[in-house]
Amino acid sequence: MNPGKILLVEDNPDDVALTMRALKSNNITNDVVVAQDGVQALDYLFGADGGAGAEALPAVVLLDLKLPKINGLEVLRRVRSEERTKLLPVVILTSSDEERDIIDGYSLGANSYVRKPVDFVEFTQAAKQLGLYWLLMNRAPPTPR
Amino acid sequence: MSPLRDWPIKRKITAILLLTSGLVLLLTSAAFVTYEVLTNRRTIKVQLATRSRILAANSTAALAFANEADATELLDALKYDPHMVAAALYDQDGRVLATYPAAAAADLIPAAPQPDGYRFEGGRLVGFTPVAQGENRRLGTLYIASDTKAVSDALRLSGVIALGVLAIALLAAYALAAALQGRISEPILALAETATAVSTRQDYSVRAPKLGEDELGTLTDAFNQMLGRIADQDRELRRHATDLEQRVEARTHELSESNETLRRNAAELLAANQELDAFAYSVSHDLRAPLRSIDGFSHVLLEDYGAQLDDGGRDALRRVRAASQRMAALIDDLLKLARVTRVEMRSETVDLSSMARDIVADLQRTEPARQVECTIAPGLKARADPPLLRVVLENLLRNSWKYTAKQPRPRVEFGSTDANGGTAFMIRDNGAGFDMKYMDKLFGVFQRLHSAAEFEGTGVGLATVRRIITRHGGRIWAEAAVDQGATFFFTL
Repeated sequence: MNPGKILLVEDNPDDVALTMRALKSNNITNDVVVAQDGVQALDYLFGADGGAGAEALPAVVLLDLKLPKINGLEVLRRVRSEERTKLLPVVILTSSDEERDIIDGYSLGANSYVRKPVDFVEFTQAAKQLGLYWLLMNRAPPTPR
Repeated sequence: MSPLRDWPIKRKITAILLLTSGLVLLLTSAAFVTYEVLTNRRTIKVQLATRSRILAANSTAALAFANEADATELLDALKYDPHMVAAALYDQDGRVLATYPAAAAADLIPAAPQPDGYRFEGGRLVGFTPVAQGENRRLGTLYIASDTKAVSDALRLSGVIALGVLAIALLAAYALAAALQGRISEPILALAETATAVSTRQDYSVRAPKLGEDELGTLTDAFNQMLGRIADQDRELRRHATDLEQRVEARTHELSESNETLRRNAAELLAANQELDAFAYSVSHDLRAPLRSIDGFSHVLLEDYGAQLDDGGRDALRRVRAASQRMAALIDDLLKLARVTRVEMRSETVDLSSMARDIVADLQRTEPARQVECTIAPGLKARADPPLLRVVLENLLRNSWKYTAKQPRPRVEFGSTDANGGTAFMIRDNGAGFDMKYMDKLFGVFQRLHSAAEFEGTGVGLATVRRIITRHGGRIWAEAAVDQGATFFFTL
């Protein structure tokens, strides 16, 4: 199991709580860092001053699209444009399955696109699958530097 | 001089009259003069014959005795007639006994007597008369030559008279023609003038004056009638033209108005589409999130605190979850319906038969226990947008699949049939059907003919289907009866 953290970029506290519960119920014990908008997410990844004090990169980013201040797609664009984060696994986890969101997400280099199911049982299943795949099965890119 | 046919009609009529009367008069005069000449010639011939016979009777003695002096004296009496040119008496043997004048030039007297009789010769009248004693004893011949001045005098006189008559007659004819030609030329000139007025001024109200009941009068009448008809037709034509002009103007106005309306509508439609787009996007993101919370926390309640609730509490929470999931399905279907309206269409040849087989196979996979007899006609093709047409077939086949669930021997059929000369595709089942009197609700959004307890559904599927068919320019309708199945027809 990849011991890295999970960066959950999600502005809805309900969704945060439900996601945490779903992860926990599937025995995924990795630390979950929550960013409540795009700015917080970028601050976490690059450090408030643009990268110097940034923490270690998370194992995977679960990224919502509709966010306050800076939206998910913009966060993704910035992540992919930085040398340090360009290989970071990013999973878009959002309510919408609008075709243009899917296209834009993949165009900007998302590694996966998952629509949050309304049914909590299905949602739990999705969280389990995501955890299993990205933390267990997937070989993460080497940590830069 | 201009050719005859270009003369004005007045001059033509006058010329014709003068020519005709001149010719007639000329012929008459010639006949008169000829008659005069012939009469005069006969008269002088008779006169000469009479005189010759008298002289011959008187000459018998002189000839019988060959008395030259007597004979000369006898002949000399001819001098009282100035027309007498020459005379001679021949004896029995043809010798000249005496001449007149007494010393006549030799070329005046023929050398020997010629056959008896009177004739015109070389501008003279000559006569040879026998001189005889009794009935049959011939003594000699009398020759008399007279000039023909009487004849030429008569010729001259009658010629002068004829010329005079001709001149007066022509003058009179000219005067008459001048006076009377108007009867013919005036109506014609009036007609010509009217025709000119009509053609130069386009004034069809003028009328040619009618000057009599003859053929020209008839012609004038016909001309005027014709003008009347032309005027009527002209008026009619102008009326039509004005009418047409007004209609074209009105139509142009209408067109520009409807163009404006169309442009406004298109702009409104574009704005509405953009709004719909934004709305759908927002719905897609924002409306589902609270549902997820409702469902999720209901589940948390059931999982963590289920033991502390009684059956009623647990049932209530299950109902909350079911409702939130149904709401999510409604939102998803509505979004699909909106997408069907917004998505850009392309036209391709679609193999409907193989598409239907795929869909039925999918349905069978999701419900492996169902035994449905599916008949799909092979080779059905159409020009359409493939993903949208798949939505149509999916909805209709899934409906048939769903509504035959309570049938002991469920049957679903996909085929084609003739409809108004075109091809209509048809999906038929022997399922629950519906009452035809609710037909108008069938394709409405959120309209259902069955309760959710009987058959699940959101009431958006057929509305989506109809929208897709309409976007393809086709038509969809259904035939059904309660518990006797339903047949859906659509054209593309």
